[in-house]
Amino acid sequence: MSPLNMPGRNGLLALIATIMVLPLMLPNAFYFDIVILIGLNSIVCIGLNLLIGYAGQISLGHAGFFGIGAYFSAILTSTYGWPATAAMVVGAVVVGLLSFIIARPIMKLQGHYLAMGTLGLGVIITIVLTQESDLTGGPDGMPVPGFSIFGWEPYGETVWYWIIAAVLVATVWLSLNLIASPVGRALRAVHGSEIAAETLGVNVVKYKVLVFVLSAIIASLAGSLFAHYTGFITPDTSGFIHSIQLVTMVVLGGMASTFGAVAGAAILTILPQLLTVFHDYEHLVFGAVLIGTMIFMRRGLVPTLADLFNGRQK
Amino acid sequence: MSADFLQFLFSGITVGATYALVGLGFSIIYNASHVINFAQGEFVMLGGMATVFFYGAGLPMPLAMAMAVAMTIFIGMALEKFAVEPAKGASIVTLIIITIGASIFLRGLAEVLWGRNFHSLPPISGSDPINIGGALVLPQSLWVVGGTIVIVITLAWFFNRTMTGKAMVASASNPLAARLVGINLKFILLLSFALSAMLGSIAGILIAPISLAYPGVGIMLGLKGFCAAILGGMGNPMGAVLAGLIVGISEALTAGYISSAYKDAVAFIIILAVLFLRPNGLFSTGGTERV
Amino acid sequence: MTLLRVENLSRSFGGIKAIDDLSLTIRPGPIHSIIGPNGAGKTTLFNLISGIYKPGGGRIVLEDADITGHAIWRLAELGLARTFQNLQIFFNMSAIENVMVGMHLKSDSRFITSLFRTPGIVKGDQDKREEAIRLLEFVDLGDYLDADTDSMPYGALKRLEIARALATQPRIIMLDEPAAGLNPAETVAIDGLIQKISENGITVILVEHDMRLVMGVSEHIFVLEGGRMLAEGTVADIRNNPDVVAAYLGESGRDR
Ligand SMILES: Nc1ncnc2c1ncn2[C@@H]1O[C@H](COP(=O)(O)OP(=O)(O)O)[C@@H](O)[C@H]1O
Ligand SMILES: [Mg+2]
Repeated sequence: MSPLNMPGRNGLLALIATIMVLPLMLPNAFYFDIVILIGLNSIVCIGLNLLIGYAGQISLGHAGFFGIGAYFSAILTSTYGWPATAAMVVGAVVVGLLSFIIARPIMKLQGHYLAMGTLGLGVIITIVLTQESDLTGGPDGMPVPGFSIFGWEPYGETVWYWIIAAVLVATVWLSLNLIASPVGRALRAVHGSEIAAETLGVNVVKYKVLVFVLSAIIASLAGSLFAHYTGFITPDTSGFIHSIQLVTMVVLGGMASTFGAVAGAAILTILPQLLTVFHDYEHLVFGAVLIGTMIFMRRGLVPTLADLFNGRQK
Repeated sequence: MSADFLQFLFSGITVGATYALVGLGFSIIYNASHVINFAQGEFVMLGGMATVFFYGAGLPMPLAMAMAVAMTIFIGMALEKFAVEPAKGASIVTLIIITIGASIFLRGLAEVLWGRNFHSLPPISGSDPINIGGALVLPQSLWVVGGTIVIVITLAWFFNRTMTGKAMVASASNPLAARLVGINLKFILLLSFALSAMLGSIAGILIAPISLAYPGVGIMLGLKGFCAAILGGMGNPMGAVLAGLIVGISEALTAGYISSAYKDAVAFIIILAVLFLRPNGLFSTGGTERV
Repeated sequence: MTLLRVENLSRSFGGIKAIDDLSLTIRPGPIHSIIGPNGAGKTTLFNLISGIYKPGGGRIVLEDADITGHAIWRLAELGLARTFQNLQIFFNMSAIENVMVGMHLKSDSRFITSLFRTPGIVKGDQDKREEAIRLLEFVDLGDYLDADTDSMPYGALKRLEIARALATQPRIIMLDEPAAGLNPAETVAIDGLIQKISENGITVILVEHDMRLVMGVSEHIFVLEGGRMLAEGTVADIRNNPDVVAAYLGESGRDR
């Protein structure tokens, strides 16, 4: 029963190896910055993938939870002088409660109604963050003090790199564990057939609610880290566009694949950087790439590649 | 009725009419394909932007408008042909991402063609407000509302009285039977995108003199039109029209009496409240899965 | 002795009375069958008993406990299991994982232990896996343990649903047309499987159109028509019942 005997071990080891080697190949802070953002997006997407990919429940509003986490950290540390860790925890608790309260009615919705409900929730959060400008600085955003943990104040891209890498590895590990457990099977059963799951004794609503809350809390924690890392946030962090980016990462990388979420986050974080060479054509190309990928790799990158690979082996 | 109230009501009906048209577009495409077309708001943007451009290029206004509508219809059909049709059978989420990709693409297209700036379009018949019961109403508002009424009536006639329209309705409720009686589903799908694009572009042209035209104008409009479509019970066109008006009026009354800061939240608060009480939309009868 | 009692149950869909003031009793042990033409209300009855539909009226009583309106998942706890006429396989999981979902109630289903993959979770999953292998072998799917469900043949999926239902360790199993769509050889195998299940002390309620199968295994038969009980009794009773013969042969001279 060694921890090495876990599901998805090879993938996790490959990820760790990549993380170890990567700093040697990143020429400067600019590249570190991109990789850190990939890590943060990956963390959110792994949580979101539990909800969308495994439990089959779409959310078009998860950036809202990311934003709440970010703003709680920003406001509590800068305006009220709280320690960063305490602010981060309080943000996560608030998001946990909020998502728990809202999850029951939201998770009753199906398909497009669920899409609408979560989208609406996200938009409302953004509007609140934009309008309560006394607290949040309004549409122009607000600065965030640096992170600190037990008196240590991480500073600079390399330090942040290792922090985010550690959190990412932990998130991947937890996600892989969860999916291979009875809870993970229950979540996948909910996706496969709610009615069958229920007749087998799975309390479908409970699992939907809990996975919604879990993914929201993960988003909130990532939002807090993001706020401290970038040092400045705007309501856009919680916005519809950001929610869409997150879902797109999950779907593009491959639904129901933890490493797919990481791959999707990596691609969609890097792509806009590459596309800046297209200047004015940036959005045009980005949209076209999105459409093309989804048409030709409907199940997403990692599952499609995995199929190709297994097919060749047979 | 106080003049204030009338004022809010009129402005609510004006924006509500736009939401209604966008919501109609969502509904029509949903009926034909069960796709939620998140690029619906971009049709509105394209209608307004293209008119600005054609008018600026020296075309007379009516011709500029007609060209803009034609162009948007063409784009709508291309979207169906090259993005939606090849993805036939994909999951809901995948289709959502595809239409979102399309909306980013169309916004990108507008930026390339016309830049990222705000443009204004002259109103169709002057800008001297008309006094109705103490409320001042822009002539353009009357155009928006009148245009919407004409479109809704024409569509009702189309769906109930013409062969093609009836075929669209039939194939929405029972695709298999429709195919058996020889209805060409591919054509219906293409037509639904053409129709929705047309509705969107007309809405965009009518509202542009009030709301300005810029590449991002379709985002919020699209989302609120989606609200209207869902509120009306997805795939119920007349429900979408009614819901669009309800949303528009509630928004204007909120802005007038409560807080203009939270005006944009109204549509979403309504939709959440309604969905929590009636998980299948306001005007739907709801059904159970057969196992 | 009764195990399950349905009392004056009704349910209609937009004017159509799918189940109309129906009462019946299931005794512990024997195989009970429900037959009747398409649309008679057989599936609706299963859906009502398993809590998927709420009844318009009437009660469902399991060993003196009123279970009308219970949450569906609680009924599994009370020993009620079923399969579906329209397959409800978890196509996103392997065959054995499908069966392991059936053991959900006996598993440690807490998020916290699952996230950290405690030794308890690991041990539990090992045991569950072994049990699932036994069940899959019981329904003759030993070759499909880790198979992708979306590449399994239809007949195998039908048996997978049975294994999954058995995994809940039910007292009653409701089988909705287990032989539909199967070839004659597969039907014979299902016949044997149903008897094996019954021999294990599980009360089987069978909905089936294959009369040879029904007449061969059933101890008690209910005949539904239009949501009402047309007749009930032993195989011999049913064979000799003029109403049933008329309904099944489509005779029109019968008085109503
Ligand atoms: N979810 C439902 N919605 C509408 N009508 C239904 C539903 N379920 C069953 N019915 C109707 O109830 C009647 C009985 O159906 P069913 O129980 O499936 O019959 P059987 O299983 O005996 O063939 C039929 O008329 C059917 O159309
Ligand atoms: Mg049936």
